[in-house]
Amino acid sequence: MQGKVRLHVDPSKCQGHSRCKSLAPELFDLDEYGNAREAGDGTVPDDLVDKAYLAKSNCPELAIDITED
Amino acid sequence: MSHNPPVTDWVNDFDHTDQQWTDNPFPIWDELRTTCPVVHTDRFLGVYLPTTYEAVKQIAYDTEHFSSRRVVVRNARPEITMPSPPITSDPPHHKPAKQLLLPPFTPDAMKKLEPRVREICNELIDDFIADGACDAAAQYSKHIPVRAIAHMLGIPEADGHLFVRWIHEILELGVHDDAILMKAAHEMNDYFSAHIAERRSHPREDLIMDLIRAKGPDGQPLSDMHVLGSLRLLLIAGIDTTWSGIGSSIWHLAKTPADRKRLVAEPELMPFAIEEFLRAYSPVTMAREVMKETVISGCPVKPGNMVLLSFPAANRDPTMFSDADKVIIDRKENRHAAFGLGIHRCVGSNLARMEMTVALEEWLKRIPEFSLDPAGEVTWSEGTVRGPRQLPLRLG
Repeated sequence: MQGKVRLHVDPSKCQGHSRCKSLAPELFDLDEYGNAREAGDGTVPDDLVDKAYLAKSNCPELAIDITED
Repeated sequence: MSHNPPVTDWVNDFDHTDQQWTDNPFPIWDELRTTCPVVHTDRFLGVYLPTTYEAVKQIAYDTEHFSSRRVVVRNARPEITMPSPPITSDPPHHKPAKQLLLPPFTPDAMKKLEPRVREICNELIDDFIADGACDAAAQYSKHIPVRAIAHMLGIPEADGHLFVRWIHEILELGVHDDAILMKAAHEMNDYFSAHIAERRSHPREDLIMDLIRAKGPDGQPLSDMHVLGSLRLLLIAGIDTTWSGIGSSIWHLAKTPADRKRLVAEPELMPFAIEEFLRAYSPVTMAREVMKETVISGCPVKPGNMVLLSFPAANRDPTMFSDADKVIIDRKENRHAAFGLGIHRCVGSNLARMEMTVALEEWLKRIPEFSLDPAGEVTWSEGTVRGPRQLPLRLG
């Protein structure tokens, strides 16, 4: 991988489908209503980059953004 | 069975209760999608049907022009006397009503329920496995969500036959006959009123008690009408939907030996297979009522009409999904809309996924070999929820 990969969940788009949490549990946290946010500061370890993209491509609400520095 | 004349022109006169649609809706949606993103029928007092993912998505996100106050397309549109919050709620009332129901249905909460669902599945399999044959709809898939939601609500699992009858009366017979629907709704209210009264005198821990204790946005306890409406919703939405999802999955595996063998050999594919079954055989079509004139994918829509919000048709749109008409059990990119899009995302989606997963895992562990019984007939439910109601199989 080139640079640092980060993911971000847009809380205004997330509707709590939980697809991201089930596909990449290390990268997401859920609140008491089941809505997702990125775990920690959203930095994706190199070995979890594929999982991050898998979560993104399965979010029905297009709520996940991934950036690469 | 539909009470309406058979459809001869699907583009201008569709009917989602027509026998041809009930038996096999997929070619109908494909035909309509190539004609116009949103078609219209004069049946049911006027209904639009979007069949593209884009049109369905646009309507699902637009709560200004489309109301959820009616969520089933029916022959009549009487005054609304019995709302079922939050599914029949629009903003701003929707969010507080939904937040009351979300915590008991998180993935973590479902993990706690999972062992009971595994027991239920195995108890059911015990009853027919020695026969070498079964009706997987009537003897298996039907009972799993009935017992699971009864367990969560704290009502007797043995009352399941009542729930199944009410749902049939409300979602199938009630589409054509308002009196049948109202009778079933009143029976449900009486049933739950008795349970509420019982908990008020003898408090206990279950989902009914949670609703009795819950406070609305004004800090006051919910009205009895709100509590009863939400309980009706949980029972109606929690049963034949998942029953259909499990049944369609077993039906697919019974007629597709390659997928069945692969899933037995590679159980790690199960999460992807479940999502693919949800996409390809989405059970639920919700409805909206047009409140203000607008344009969807270039098609004008007018107040006074309903919209059949076909998540199943959207999930078969080839512009959204490659090989949309094929079931690919290891499909990796799958933004399907089986649980809806936007604020009305199914509150029970984590429950449904858990039940489907457990139902298939326990079945395949004990019954890895099975096929459709050529002497029997597979039949499908009508209208709002699609799934097999008779699914005769040979086991082994």
